[in-house]
Amino acid sequence: MREEQLVIKMNTDFFILLKPELSITFIIFILLIIKVSDGMNKNSSIIHLANFLLLINFLLGFIGNATGTLFSDMYHTNGLIALEKNILNFGTLIISLQAYEWLKNHKHVIEFFILLLTTLLGMFFMVSSGNFLMFFLGLELASIPLAAIVNFDLEKIKSSEAAVKMILSSAFASCIMLFGISLIYGTTGTLNFAELPALITNNPLQILALIFVFTGFAFKLSAVPFHLWTADVYEGAPVSVTAYLSVISKAAMVFVFISVLNPLFENVPTVWYNMLFLTIVLTITIGNLFAIRQNNIKRFLAFSSISQVGFILLGISSGTTIGVSASVYFLIVYIFSNLGAFGVIALVVAQTEKENISDFKGFYKNNKTLSWIITIALFSLAGIPPTAGFFGKMFLVTAGASKGNYVLIIIAVLNMVVSLYYYLRVVKAIFVDENKSPIEKIESNLYSKIALYICMAGIIFTGFASVLYDYINSLM
Amino acid sequence: MTNLSILVIFPLLTTFAILFCSNVTQIKWTALIGSLLQLTIASLLMYSYYGERAAGNTAQMLFEARYSWYSAMNIEYYVGVDGISVIMIMLTAFVVTCGILISWKIETLTKEFFFLLLLLSVGAYGFFISLDLFTMFFFLELAVIPKFLLIAIWGSGKKEYSAMKLALMLMGGSALVLIGLLATYFNTDIGGGVHTWDLLKIAHMHIPYETQLFIFPFLFVGFGVFTALFPFHTWVPDGHSSAPTAASMFLAGISMKLGGYGCLRVATYLMPEAAQHYSWIIVLLATIAIIYGAFATLMQKDLKYINAYSSVSHCGFILLGIGMLTKTALIGAVMQMVSHGLMTALFFGAIGMIYERTHTRQIKELGGLLKTIPFLSSVFIIAGLCSLGLPGFSGFVSEMVVFVGAWQQPDAFHRIATILAAASIVVTAVYILRAAGSAIMGPIKNEHFNHLKDATWNEKMASVLLIFAILSIGLAPFWLINIISPDTQIIMENIARGAIGN
Repeated sequence: MREEQLVIKMNTDFFILLKPELSITFIIFILLIIKVSDGMNKNSSIIHLANFLLLINFLLGFIGNATGTLFSDMYHTNGLIALEKNILNFGTLIISLQAYEWLKNHKHVIEFFILLLTTLLGMFFMVSSGNFLMFFLGLELASIPLAAIVNFDLEKIKSSEAAVKMILSSAFASCIMLFGISLIYGTTGTLNFAELPALITNNPLQILALIFVFTGFAFKLSAVPFHLWTADVYEGAPVSVTAYLSVISKAAMVFVFISVLNPLFENVPTVWYNMLFLTIVLTITIGNLFAIRQNNIKRFLAFSSISQVGFILLGISSGTTIGVSASVYFLIVYIFSNLGAFGVIALVVAQTEKENISDFKGFYKNNKTLSWIITIALFSLAGIPPTAGFFGKMFLVTAGASKGNYVLIIIAVLNMVVSLYYYLRVVKAIFVDENKSPIEKIESNLYSKIALYICMAGIIFTGFASVLYDYINSLM
Repeated sequence: MTNLSILVIFPLLTTFAILFCSNVTQIKWTALIGSLLQLTIASLLMYSYYGERAAGNTAQMLFEARYSWYSAMNIEYYVGVDGISVIMIMLTAFVVTCGILISWKIETLTKEFFFLLLLLSVGAYGFFISLDLFTMFFFLELAVIPKFLLIAIWGSGKKEYSAMKLALMLMGGSALVLIGLLATYFNTDIGGGVHTWDLLKIAHMHIPYETQLFIFPFLFVGFGVFTALFPFHTWVPDGHSSAPTAASMFLAGISMKLGGYGCLRVATYLMPEAAQHYSWIIVLLATIAIIYGAFATLMQKDLKYINAYSSVSHCGFILLGIGMLTKTALIGAVMQMVSHGLMTALFFGAIGMIYERTHTRQIKELGGLLKTIPFLSSVFIIAGLCSLGLPGFSGFVSEMVVFVGAWQQPDAFHRIATILAAASIVVTAVYILRAAGSAIMGPIKNEHFNHLKDATWNEKMASVLLIFAILSIGLAPFWLINIISPDTQIIMENIARGAIGN
């Protein structure tokens, strides 16, 4: 009798705890069945269905979240992790809404969604992992399909180039990380995150191992000096995929960074801080300096997102709960802002094939609303009040300053001024510069409009209203 | 009028109202009515402030309101006013109203123009009422970026360069302020290792001397960039001369005062010992700015550049007053902020109105305007006379108070600085009288000037409002001094306490 109850309890636990993953798997299966049965041929109806399912999936993420572990500590979840997963769900939903214009004439819509959701599933397992094995499994599940969707403009050579670069650098990063993991296993005899922190000491071999693991992370986060793949991949990939890469996969990596890497270094704080210090300075500065010189707007956003990662690491480097909650909060704001900018770019690229900053000269003339949207999004990325980006940046910098390392803070804050220069350069092109043949009026469909308005509302209200931040903070 | 937040909410509502207007007339009237109501609110505020003080309310800040904002970092929305802020709010209301009146003829992108202009005023009001350093910083930055768009879109000349320079320099300044504020925040303790952004609480804490020495330069230089602290004044001439008239008025009239107010209220008040330690540098830089600004103005041929460079010189008086660290000098600094704000707004307004008619700002191309447009020419001359410090106008009283306050420092260094600063007034007289002489008086140089139309109702109204304010300070300075005096006293007490503790 007792045993039976236990089994039942475990079963319900299984469904409750794994809810986000199961929900995504369910959507993947529905899409697969449709694909196999050949029942739905119209692109638009497939996209409607996918959007609807993603919306349900996002709403489901709010209810019935529990704390617990599964598969003998391989998998664990709690309120914060559930929130993180739902942030990813939300971003994916927005990207899917924005992709309508691009996908409506594409030959392989179902495959796109299946691959996209598979990477998302991988990220979920990664975020929830309680063990290096699970983590690595999730990481690979998230990376390999991603390379396939980078190549989703099948006829474009640049896309294929981007995909090859992505898969090679991704594989390389995985190798390095795997080597680090094997060294960790060799020196400690366990891969369980709960047991590891206590076993890690100042042993040089372990520190070497941790540096390898960190390097792997830095590759995926495109932190300098492991950022070289980013710009080429962003430029070659379709806009929606670029948005996904720069927002979702980055956010997932940061979440893992917070929950996995941070505790691992608990016993070696000096090594950890110095490593972060160097990475932050390089990432922010080099990301900014390269962003100044870009003319392709996707490359531009690639470099700007590199420097944003530097700021997120700055928040994490504080090692306090305020730093962690500031990072999670900033990521939400970053999703709103970056997807606001990418949403406009996606529309422009889908209708005109123009993706240079110089093409945006005089954009305001025919596209007033879209101009304001991209401007506000860029201002939010630059951290200018009253947008939420200001609050996000402020909290990260405040958290970073709690260590009392003012050299780092001065570098970071002055870099905010540099970054303002290149964001304003785009704003200037849109509003001020003359252009004989500015971009014609862009017709936006309902989905893009909804997505853009959600982003705008997010940018404007999540800053003023402290509710979101307080909620994140309460989960710590 | 005890709810200060109305000062922020109301302009914000006006900006939203503008967004929903459908044609140019509606937009203009919404903006004008909104700004007139702002003026009314500000006057009511001043009236009730007077009433409270007369009734014997001696609290440092009146009409306080406090809401927790981001409790994890102890960030509050905390507002309150003392005499200095009330005066600055009045100044803002005056300049905003007149700026809107003068921009009546803006034709390109009217909606966006008034939207941005009013957004700027939200930033300024918010900055002056904030008592929480984070909130204050929020409003400070809010008042920067609209300027970039105002100059870049509606400006003239090398507007893109100027707009970018201004935005980057001001953001650089606020970046320094941010570093200073963060350092301040992490050096406060309100028990149990909890930090605070609360300005008044920090003022009563003793921040260690060495820490003050580290923080003060960031705060002072950061705010100093806004108020044309030498050598960070280079954005002033370019920014002012490229900006559209209303934006120049706003820039010189209010934005530069944000810096002065910050230097006084944040840097000097919170770091009294460091202020004393660095005071000689401030005095030195201020004196350089005064003299350099005056001589640079001598060389200018463009009316807007004349007023821009003379602003550098006049804002030097504000910093000189703060650097002298005597009560009278601080009063003088605040008065100079108000006086310069009004005077320079009037001056830029007059130049803008003349430029709109003659399409030139070069002195040598103008001439004889008094004969054809007497009203505008008189406004120009009045602004000029106020700028050179003629008794009866606000410029005279405020500069005088700064000099008297400066003279109270008995040592040779301060005396020499005071004498040099006072001597610069002679140079001011030269360039003002020369500009007025050849641009306004004399023979009519251009046939086309004979057909110019004099001021319209809106321009008259704007000029009269500003001249009224200038005269009421110039002729009856005591009411202003009475409002400011208790608050400068408090700042001085903090400085004196620092001196004893040292």
